[in-house]
Amino acid sequence: MAEHTIPLVSLTGISKTFDGKAIIDNLDLSIYDGEFLTLLGPSGCGKTTVLRLIAGLEQADSGRIALADTDITRVPAEHRHVNTVFQSYALFPHMTLFDNVAFGLRMQKLPMVEIRPRVLDALKMVQLEQMANRYPHQLSGGQQQRVAIARAVVNRPRVLLLDESLSALDYKLRKQMQSELKQLQRRRGITFVFVTHDQEEALSMSDRILVMHGGKIVQEGTPREIYESPANLFVARFIGEINIMDGELLAPAEPAGSWHARVEGRDCMVHSRLPFSAGDRVCVLLRPEDVRMTVTSSEVSAPENTGVPGRIVERLYKGATLESRVELQSGQQLLISEFFDEDDPDFDYRLGQQVNISWVDSWEVVLPYEQH
Amino acid sequence: MNSTDRMHMTGFRAHGFRNVAVMLIVGWLLLFVFLPNLMIIATSFMTRDHASLISLVFSLDSYGRLLDPLYIKVLGHSLLMGGIATLLCLLLGYPFAFIIAKLPARVRPLMLFLVIVPFWTNSLIRTYALKAVLGTKGLLNTALLSVGLIEQPLRIMFTEVAVIIGLVYILLPFMILPLYSAIDKLDGRLLEAARDLGAGAFARFFRIILPLTLPGIVAGCLLVFLPALGMFYISDLLGGAKNLLIGNIIKTQFLNIRDWPFGAATSVTLTVLMAAMMYLYYRAAGMMNKKVSIDD
Repeated sequence: MAEHTIPLVSLTGISKTFDGKAIIDNLDLSIYDGEFLTLLGPSGCGKTTVLRLIAGLEQADSGRIALADTDITRVPAEHRHVNTVFQSYALFPHMTLFDNVAFGLRMQKLPMVEIRPRVLDALKMVQLEQMANRYPHQLSGGQQQRVAIARAVVNRPRVLLLDESLSALDYKLRKQMQSELKQLQRRRGITFVFVTHDQEEALSMSDRILVMHGGKIVQEGTPREIYESPANLFVARFIGEINIMDGELLAPAEPAGSWHARVEGRDCMVHSRLPFSAGDRVCVLLRPEDVRMTVTSSEVSAPENTGVPGRIVERLYKGATLESRVELQSGQQLLISEFFDEDDPDFDYRLGQQVNISWVDSWEVVLPYEQH
Repeated sequence: MNSTDRMHMTGFRAHGFRNVAVMLIVGWLLLFVFLPNLMIIATSFMTRDHASLISLVFSLDSYGRLLDPLYIKVLGHSLLMGGIATLLCLLLGYPFAFIIAKLPARVRPLMLFLVIVPFWTNSLIRTYALKAVLGTKGLLNTALLSVGLIEQPLRIMFTEVAVIIGLVYILLPFMILPLYSAIDKLDGRLLEAARDLGAGAFARFFRIILPLTLPGIVAGCLLVFLPALGMFYISDLLGGAKNLLIGNIIKTQFLNIRDWPFGAATSVTLTVLMAAMMYLYYRAAGMMNKKVSIDD
């Protein structure tokens, strides 16, 4: 993103170990003003530790953290102008919602005449102003979560850190909170750093996603880049469903980046911007919705079918789509997702039906071969 | 046997066990708490009798005698001594309990065990032992003299200071244990949240830690203050004749003067006083939950 030239927060060469185990390994990270950045990864990948390092709740073993050009590496949490929405919400049980939300402002020693309207405004934002005198234990999980957001946002932080903040909510409430958070970010222009292991959540909310694995950032990009051009098998498999087929590059073709290849025993064309050479083993990745499937009659071996032959072994009705599991001759199974065709109400497959698998040319992702 | 039957069986067994447990506890409380207290209350309204200790003649005389300035003074003195001892126990016990709660999990049981170990020796014996420490030629004075901190031996025995030391020494574990349990329950994530919101160490202590451990503080104070008023043998052994606690009055009335109605009346008055204080505490705690007006 070109307009993002000076990062608001920058982490440089950050390492952190717990009990001799490296959690964060020489990590560099820039967060730009106003963006919604998501740290995505499986549990234990170090994403929450990155958040806690930015908040000041953990001290890095080495490296530097800067907030708007000020070095805050050694600044204690209470003096950093960032606020966190904790996974557990961590609402103060002995305080009313009003006092919970007012806590940060009171710590800043603001006068009560200023605190009151700001707190009520923040509670209004999360639609809880009528409950200002309630205690946290009198609220539902979703309401507590909203108080936690109000308590952080009321301080007008430079950066709002959200630690798996939605994972305790049920599906519907989570969807609703996702859109509320997104609106909040747009309206108030606050920079969000969101930590989650939920890839769907990451894709729908973020401007930019950092995929973490083993204390390192393994890919960085827009949700679309991450989904459509995964940089490696880990990212490909972590984000959404993906089919991985083995292949071999035979010879370069025109234009540059095109290759004659053999994928699952069939000759075809593949495309990649990565520097491959002829004879390389590769993994060819396809999203379930990018795979095309045609029914073949079992009696006639139709020579016009150029795809990879296989047979249907499973059908899964998904409402808007029909998912089929197809077993190729190599034993490899593919997942294929198709929208229902409204013109063809009988659109369905039989188990065991012979099909031909192909894909839209150049929609495949070709990566160097890895065991999978 | 099918699973429904089994469920009925366990249900019955669980019920049976619960009933027995409840009956045992209720029976115990009736027999050893309710009845004795009832007897004391009844006794306090009767008349003294030299032959049979009490005669069944209704009288408010015992309560009337309690209004004597002498007894009011002893009561005031008791409350003061108990109050000072409680405050000292709190000031000593809070950091003590806090440190134990923050120790690594594997040494904590040992530390708690060490807090409880003194209970294995009768407190009367420990009070005698304290005499040997606090006396003019006791361990404390000998140590201080030999180090050169003092020129003359300190006169501690048979002063109010000795009584306070004795009360704190005997009662400190009763403060530490409830405090420890309250501090141990404190959710560290709340302290992180407070830091995140800009609270320094001072604010974290007074706005989060203290309010959240208040139940432990109240429990500890009650467990120290109430017995402190009644620990007659401490003032007997360490305080001499001048330092009477309300417990001494009660004990003397029952054992020495044999005026049971008056002893009972003193005891009842003390109980009522305590109940009133606890009531006031809960009222005050209720009033602290202030409301904010949300209409603009």
